[in-house]
Amino acid sequence: MESKNVEKTAPVKGRPKTAECRRYDTVIGLEVHIELSTKTKIFCGCSTKFGALPNTQTCPVCTGMPGSLPVLNKKVVEYAIALGLATNCRINQRTLFDRKNYFYPDNPQDYQISQLYEPICLDGYLEIAQDEGEKRGSSTASENKTGGGTSTVCKKATKTIRIHEMHMEEDAGKLTHDESEGISLVDYNRSGVPLIEIVSEPDMETAEEVIAYLEKLRMICLYLGISDCKLQEGSMRVDVNLSVKEAGSDILGTRTEMKNLNSFKAITRAIAAERERQIALLESGEKVEQETRRWDDTAGASYSMRSKEDSKDYRYFPEPDVMPVVISDAWIEEIKQRQPEFKEEKAARFEREYGIPAYDADILTQSRHLASLFEETATLSGQPKKTANWFMGELFRIIKETGKEPEEFTFSPKHAADLIVAVEEGKINQAGAKEVFAKVVLEDIEPLSYMEQHGLMSLSDEGALQAAIEEVIAENGAIVEEYRSGKDKVFGFLVGQVMKKTKGKADPGKVNELLKRNL
Amino acid sequence: MELLQMSVRTLSEKIRTKALGVEETVSVLQKRIEETDPELCAFLTIEKEQVAHRVEEVQKGIKSGIYAGPLAGVPVAVKDNICTKGLRTTCASKMLENFVPAYDATVITRLQNAGMIVLGKTNMDEFAMGSTTETSAFRVTKNPWNTHHVPGGSSGGSCVAVAAGMAPLALGSDTGGSVRQPAAFCGVVGLKPTYGRVSRYGLVAYASSMDQIGPIGQTVADCKALYEVIAGFDEKDATSVDKEINPAAIKDRENRNDMSYMTGEYPNKMCIQRLKGMRIGVPKEYFGEGVSPEVRASVKAAATLLEANGAVVEELSLPMTDYAVAAYYIIACGEASSNLARFDGVKYGYCTAEEGSLHELYKKSRTEGFGEEVKRRILSGSFLLSEGYYDAYYLKALKVRRLIKEEYESVFRRYDCLLTPTAPGTAPKLSESLQNPLRMYQADVNTVAVNLAGLPAISVPCGFDKNGLPIGVQFIGNAFCEETLFTVAEAYEVLRGEFPKVWKQQKNGQKKEERLGVPEKNSAGKEGNGKAGGCDGI
Amino acid sequence: MITINDTDLKKAELLAKLSIEPEKRERTMAEMEKLFGYVEKLKKVDTTGVEPLAHTSEITKENRFRRDEVTNPDGAEGTLFNAPAKKDGQFVVPKTV
Repeated sequence: MESKNVEKTAPVKGRPKTAECRRYDTVIGLEVHIELSTKTKIFCGCSTKFGALPNTQTCPVCTGMPGSLPVLNKKVVEYAIALGLATNCRINQRTLFDRKNYFYPDNPQDYQISQLYEPICLDGYLEIAQDEGEKRGSSTASENKTGGGTSTVCKKATKTIRIHEMHMEEDAGKLTHDESEGISLVDYNRSGVPLIEIVSEPDMETAEEVIAYLEKLRMICLYLGISDCKLQEGSMRVDVNLSVKEAGSDILGTRTEMKNLNSFKAITRAIAAERERQIALLESGEKVEQETRRWDDTAGASYSMRSKEDSKDYRYFPEPDVMPVVISDAWIEEIKQRQPEFKEEKAARFEREYGIPAYDADILTQSRHLASLFEETATLSGQPKKTANWFMGELFRIIKETGKEPEEFTFSPKHAADLIVAVEEGKINQAGAKEVFAKVVLEDIEPLSYMEQHGLMSLSDEGALQAAIEEVIAENGAIVEEYRSGKDKVFGFLVGQVMKKTKGKADPGKVNELLKRNL
Repeated sequence: MELLQMSVRTLSEKIRTKALGVEETVSVLQKRIEETDPELCAFLTIEKEQVAHRVEEVQKGIKSGIYAGPLAGVPVAVKDNICTKGLRTTCASKMLENFVPAYDATVITRLQNAGMIVLGKTNMDEFAMGSTTETSAFRVTKNPWNTHHVPGGSSGGSCVAVAAGMAPLALGSDTGGSVRQPAAFCGVVGLKPTYGRVSRYGLVAYASSMDQIGPIGQTVADCKALYEVIAGFDEKDATSVDKEINPAAIKDRENRNDMSYMTGEYPNKMCIQRLKGMRIGVPKEYFGEGVSPEVRASVKAAATLLEANGAVVEELSLPMTDYAVAAYYIIACGEASSNLARFDGVKYGYCTAEEGSLHELYKKSRTEGFGEEVKRRILSGSFLLSEGYYDAYYLKALKVRRLIKEEYESVFRRYDCLLTPTAPGTAPKLSESLQNPLRMYQADVNTVAVNLAGLPAISVPCGFDKNGLPIGVQFIGNAFCEETLFTVAEAYEVLRGEFPKVWKQQKNGQKKEERLGVPEKNSAGKEGNGKAGGCDGI
Repeated sequence: MITINDTDLKKAELLAKLSIEPEKRERTMAEMEKLFGYVEKLKKVDTTGVEPLAHTSEITKENRFRRDEVTNPDGAEGTLFNAPAKKDGQFVVPKTV
């Protein structure tokens, strides 16, 4: 990405009065870059793995050596089509690459291969959930007759956020700065890593809507397995285009583009600050400049990135080295067939098929990987609700404690299911089961043999239990008498004694049952 | 000097049968270069040690049978915009004066796999921008026929190397005529293959959508032999095309129990047989007012000669030709402005010695590193692509380009090939052209349309002007019909007879008479009475 | 007819990261103006409904793709071989921020 010499602009003085704030609507569109998780770069066979030594994952192509030529990675096109289909886009069946020309050291050719004139996906949309209370029926609905607007299909209100287009392009290298020597260092390992840029229409009005849209987009990418979409690590980058306009007006204000937003929190803060900044400008009779601004989250303010030594004129023209890509109906169909079941459908189906609460279904489908672990475990155990409980309770606790990614859990559902069944059959008590469950999910142990080896099996064998019960009855004659005379309360004490005798391994249900019979 | 007079066919045959050693061949050529090049200035870089090492490798390879191809052991000169691993590749620019590529261009790999030896890198117009080889930052190459004249360009060094007997074969690159025009000016054969036929991987780009590497030789057969080494699909170049080089020709050669075409000193008469009934179009726009009477006469005589030997020759019209130069320069400058952006003083190449900001580093390195013509084309291209001009100029040029291509397509439904002058005139005097760049651009009128349309074309010597400077006839073929071009060009060559070799004459000390004899015979053909007997003309 | 003044030249210089020496500016502007004037002849061509042609290679049903497989070894040496200035395996440029 290009960046500009940062030039601080004086913060606008004088906050708008609260009363005046209500007179303005915020109009937000997003440009989201996601870095694709392909094995190789978009135009060469260099690895995209993180953490390599500087410039080791480079070749003549991704360092812009004279004479080198790009050859397009098929996977990138497939990922883009898959994302386009998932976001209701029309696939451009003859898509072209263009050159975007600008000088910057992280861009080795001093042009970026991108798409402008014939991007791969067009005219899509995403529906985001909207709280009933937040729903604003007015401006957006009437303005965006073609797409944007609120509707109340289903139980929840939803809002449609239109996607203008999405395109493929190459990432830039990395610059690090050596303050002491006044130099910057350039590493081209990231140069040429594939990106998809998703450009929305200005259909959002609040930070909440922005976050909902991003969450939805992120979830789709995660389900497709095309990107890990981490804002902090830069594999998802969000530029916010924001303008304000007088409430009810049809005339859009001048927008600014905000960059360097590394978390949802930063996005929320930046939106609030930029809205205020623009309103303050307008209130004091000044104009909003169309410009790119950089958010400084520590300062809680943004800075203009204007520079007189750079031109915004990118001189796009068709990239002669990359041939147009022709996408056949058959190819689209093939990718359609391979599309996964996305989160919402999956959650709905879990609710329906496994009879688990909507809340559980929502949580369990946050990760496609965990959802499939859940589903297999639930099916194998025949205990969907219990499985849900184990996942929601223990598994999520372990995920949180270990700080691991859901994808890192690769235990076999069979082992988890065996344990859940063992618990239900009383073969192990709750405390033991928790210990074994942790071993299953972290080390994928075989639970039954583990239980046996570690003496965690419940004494459900009636013979052994009977002996223990008889001993307890014999040793506690007085208390037994109390019980028999109607003092039910002491029953618990007797159970406890049996458990003590069996070192906690007895199945409490079984103990209850046998003890009652003996008494 | 017997070796210098051999055709590549003879030379390679002798090397293959071990009648001639590779080392001997190379040293004879190197001696020739030492004697001749100080005056002609065709080469920029010769690394004798590297060559010696390669000679050894090739000798072993021929012995062990790794190199069994028809050009094994044959030396070749390479234009200095084709990347050679470990061998300086300058594009004749101060910008890349010390640039040593870390990789070989695909064509170089192909030359090596064929057992060929890169003799050295040849001079050119800076970044291939020019038509005279005078925009080189290092030296001005002279025309071996008259050293007061330019050799043409941009592949001037390669054409001079072949014309002056310093290399039996050479590679050039052709974006708007840069192989064909200097070939015509130097009296050698030069082919611009169909766009996509030869891999561009490793060719330092000038205008990517038109650049194509092409072979240069003394004869059509030589040119063709080198073409067959370099042509073919390359997975590293997405614009290269996966199409058989020529199934019909290969079959034909099999039928002829090949090698025959490689072994005979002259092409066999088969091609004249195949000329019969071949339809050759002569587009009148290529004989416009800028074309000198001598060139017109000489090229028309070639047409007449072919007609007299069985070809059907018809005049036709390609009205879009008038717009080709304009469309070409818009597209070429636009692409060049982007292709040459990478030379910024950061990763390789010239870097200004002055301290300063990043912006200053860029500006100074580029301003100091590029020559005037290159700067002018980059500035023009940047401007034409900028907001407010793109649609009116660049996009318009791309549309005109389609019309030009379609116009060619329509005539190739009726004709096997077209015959035109390669250039409107003969080699101009040194420093004459650069005084008026636009006029120099306009002189590309007969070559650029071919690049816009991606078609193949070959230039074959067909005569001399009154000053003894060579004239070339250009045959333009339909896409991927190089073989048709070879057939016609070879037939013409046989009918024309052997073309004088400039260095042979110098040796014999009789160049004046021989040269002057030529135009008169050609002008006889101008009357339209050309006949088969014309083949002894030159 | 298009004219090229100093502002236009400055714009082109900014875009191209080049500067033309004062004594050469007049000539450069004149040559650019001549070229732009000449290419204006394209305006005479009726291109209504004509698609631009950016690639002359045939566009075949088989797209020109590469498979997503790592083929390149460690390229640091070749990448940095011609670097005018390098440090710690990286290219050096004047500080960018």
